[in-house]
Amino acid sequence: MARPHTARLHTPGRPRRSVLLTALTSIVVLYALLPLAWLVVNACKTQPRLLDSFGLWFSGHFALWDNIRQTFTYDDHIFVRWLLNTLLYVVLGAGGATFLAVLGGYGLAKFDFSGRRAVFAVVIGAVAVPGAALAVPTFLMFSKMGLTDTPWAVVIPSLISPFGLYLMWVFAAEAIPDELLEAARVDGSGELRTFFRISLPLLAPGIVTVLLFTMVATWNNYFLPLIMIKNPDWYPLTIGLNSWNQQASTVGGQPVFNLVVTGSLLTIVPLVAAFLLLQRYWQSGLAAGSVKE
Amino acid sequence: MAVLTPPSAAGRPAAGRGRSRGGRAGGRRQVGWAFVAPFLLVFALVFLAPIAYSIHLSLFRDQLIGGNHFVGLGNYTQALHDHAFWSGLSRVGLFLVVQVPVMLGIALLVALALDSGRLYGRGFFRISIFLPYAVPAVVATLMWGFMYGKRFGLVASVNEHLHTSLPDPLAPGWVLASIGNIVTWEFVGYNMLIFYAALRVVPASLYEAASIDGAGQWRIIAAIKLPAIRGALVIATIFSVIGSFQLFNEPSILKNLAPNAITTYFTPNLYTYSLSFSGQQHNYAATIAIVMGVVTMIVAYVVQLRGMRKEV
Amino acid sequence: MTNRALRRWAPAVAAVAAAALGLTACGSSGGSDAKDGGSGASAVRSALAKGGDLTVWAWEPTLKQVVADFQAAYPKVHVKLVNAGTGNDQYTALQNAVQAGKGVPDVAQVEYYALSQFALGKSVADLSPYGAKDLSKTYSPGPWNSVNINGGVYGLPMDSGPMALFYNKKVFDTYKLPVPTTWEQYLDDARKLHAADPKAYITSDTGDAGMTTSLIWQAGGKPYTVDGTKVKVDFANDPGTAAYTKVWQQLVSEHLVSPVPGWSDQWYKGLADGTIATLATGAWMPANFSSGVAAASGDWRAAPLPQWQAGANASAENGGSSLAVMQAGGNKALAYAFAQYADQGAGVQTRIKGGAFPATTADLDSQAFLDTPFPYFGGQQANKIFSASAKNVLPGWSYLPYQVYANSVFNDTVGKAYVSSTTLADGLKAWQDRSVSYGKQQGFSVG
Repeated sequence: MARPHTARLHTPGRPRRSVLLTALTSIVVLYALLPLAWLVVNACKTQPRLLDSFGLWFSGHFALWDNIRQTFTYDDHIFVRWLLNTLLYVVLGAGGATFLAVLGGYGLAKFDFSGRRAVFAVVIGAVAVPGAALAVPTFLMFSKMGLTDTPWAVVIPSLISPFGLYLMWVFAAEAIPDELLEAARVDGSGELRTFFRISLPLLAPGIVTVLLFTMVATWNNYFLPLIMIKNPDWYPLTIGLNSWNQQASTVGGQPVFNLVVTGSLLTIVPLVAAFLLLQRYWQSGLAAGSVKE
Repeated sequence: MAVLTPPSAAGRPAAGRGRSRGGRAGGRRQVGWAFVAPFLLVFALVFLAPIAYSIHLSLFRDQLIGGNHFVGLGNYTQALHDHAFWSGLSRVGLFLVVQVPVMLGIALLVALALDSGRLYGRGFFRISIFLPYAVPAVVATLMWGFMYGKRFGLVASVNEHLHTSLPDPLAPGWVLASIGNIVTWEFVGYNMLIFYAALRVVPASLYEAASIDGAGQWRIIAAIKLPAIRGALVIATIFSVIGSFQLFNEPSILKNLAPNAITTYFTPNLYTYSLSFSGQQHNYAATIAIVMGVVTMIVAYVVQLRGMRKEV
Repeated sequence: MTNRALRRWAPAVAAVAAAALGLTACGSSGGSDAKDGGSGASAVRSALAKGGDLTVWAWEPTLKQVVADFQAAYPKVHVKLVNAGTGNDQYTALQNAVQAGKGVPDVAQVEYYALSQFALGKSVADLSPYGAKDLSKTYSPGPWNSVNINGGVYGLPMDSGPMALFYNKKVFDTYKLPVPTTWEQYLDDARKLHAADPKAYITSDTGDAGMTTSLIWQAGGKPYTVDGTKVKVDFANDPGTAAYTKVWQQLVSEHLVSPVPGWSDQWYKGLADGTIATLATGAWMPANFSSGVAAASGDWRAAPLPQWQAGANASAENGGSSLAVMQAGGNKALAYAFAQYADQGAGVQTRIKGGAFPATTADLDSQAFLDTPFPYFGGQQANKIFSASAKNVLPGWSYLPYQVYANSVFNDTVGKAYVSSTTLADGLKAWQDRSVSYGKQQGFSVG
């Protein structure tokens, strides 16, 4: 059983590079980057210019730094608070979700027990029920437990990542040779010790992948905090930005579309950075999702 | 209720099969459950409990005047005859049939192009097509919403400068396609990456055999690559199907810009939201949610069945 | 309410992971009523002297300063001001909190159109015991009628929105258009303006329930009749509605209104560059002009609302909110004290300075208020127009006790008239049907 991250990584022969294929794929790249270009361009504009200039080109004086400064200082530095909240939710939510998915995936892959299939069926089945309608029941439950308006209301539901469980299940099945576990057991190593000492290091690429996906999910979480959190001091960035956006339609409110645009850009930057930095890991982690021999 | 088969049945060797011969199988079984338990515990709290509560709610009706009373399956009968629900369901059905194949098709083509090794600057392509996935749906819809703007947006600028007459993307006839475009933009890279990663680990031996036979690129794709990544194709399709049925963020945010084209029952999920949040009809909203859950599971099951049948 | 919610919820959770999280039984946090603190004004005074904590849910920006001043005046009171969302978002949160029986604020901002829904559900407290009954002369008639529901007073009017016509004088001068005094004339102006500049529109409209109902109100329409739980909805045979659709249908069919949704970035842009030439809306609008359309400072003016009948002076209210005291709140006397400070006491002046439009007759009649020049409107003393409008609001209007729901489906029904060949009259009939069927489902007797 080959370990996925050491599997061969090229097509036989050294194929010629193709200009035509590159050009065709570039269309998709253009499509992917165009809205992002809009965001960058418009983050460089002042509020009045934002409204009366062509969207895809720069106009007026270069206001990016000024916008960033304003975004961070507006309303008593509330943006900083939202950023820290989001970080907290990501660390606890995505970290916890990854941990639970790793434990669960490992358990499902490496221990033969009846009911494993049922576990997966129930997880997928539950995911199929629309979340918007479950929001109110969840809210009522959490409210009874005193969790609403606290970080826990966002963190606890973030702890479940069905796709993460699936990925870790498949990855653990492939990445950890059974012989290794048998050998450890023969040596008298406890299951927990075996897990931490032997299995966990082998699972590293898969863990990074799941971590990245759960990070994106938590970082971009919108619907749940919208219902659970009413105190702006606990808002994550997405809800905070939306409240700035809505400010335009409030009596006496000040439209701050330029801060919404700049804030959106600042919201994306950390995720993009994480993706670029961890590229090497998540690629091999993902690969396990579909190994076939 | 074995609706879906675990990953091992989707084409991979069952993990640990044959190990159960070991004498300590009983003890192992408990250890296995112990590893899965934390996940299941939280899962029960945030998924199963609200679903159980929703099923309970769906059997009652709570009125502003008259209070709460048991109605049995009354809400379900109402749903069966609810024009708003059916129109939303058929809309996401149409969305599913068109958008999912287009999105997965593009994702697959790009993945194959990347995997072919014939691209200049492969790393750049890979990361830039994936980037939109990092953009929150709120921000994505905000950006596209601006570009769709009829009077000052990109479409307007194109029409003005090139003297074309592109239709209004937010008009009732076009808005579903415009939403499809946003969703495709958000998830094409994500699916591409899953396919690409699957392609990267197709064993070299398979290709070598094929090139000895003198098979062309398209033949290799059809005969080797696609069957090899069927597991990834099936799981991506299932998650996309679920995503389509739960379409919510994009239409609900775009509704601010197209209030008359996007109704409160545009998608079933939007409908349950409106029922629950504007109409305080929690019971009926729970009913619609349960019905949608069942419909989604059935469709996902069919996808799974088809995926497996081809494999034989 | 608390107990009912608990009962419904308990079985579901018992089945699952209750033990894991150490659920504790939920004690109902019923508050003390006015009775145990003495009666009326004295209860309020002693609550202020005793002090305590208050939570206020409101999105109105001027309240920030009011809270600061209030706490300075009464150091023993601590007020937590929370922006829990605007309009419907906040109502949803309120209803959720009320249903859960936890996290309910003491005071909440509730718009006039939504108040009767909360009053009917007994989520907000009747303020009569605290002396609110005696305030009928304190507030202008529109807002006062809106907080008087089924013989109780369910909120203190915070601001008001007597309607006026805001118009871009620069545009009107350029095309030599008369400032309309009737809606017929308005329609005439709309045609001339759009013919002269195909990019310019008399106004923008994509279907707004608040605006439509306000204009029908001004036309003397009474599509809603409410008597306790007896409700009647009739747009089809309402003369005011007919007057409205006659003019407005032509505006829509001839594409004379800009298809830009209100409050969007495109809308602000249109107000700034003259492509949206007028706005018929509440007197709270000037603050939004100065903050959101700063570039067009000096271009705009206010005028009395055009009339459905030449020579009349009818007006209506558009928007505006009250501060309501929540039934489930802990310290209702103190909550009332805060609402009174903000809506009747020193808070009113603070809020006027912050750009809010008052509902208090004393301020609406004060010479200083009337003489205030608006630099944004080229120095015009616009309050004179707004104050007159407040006095001319037609009596007898009422919203549905479930207007929040009704407004949420306005664009499903009437909205069709803006994007298809459906007429406004047909759209309003469809709206009527949806409102009737919802009312029936909710147990109202709908005629």
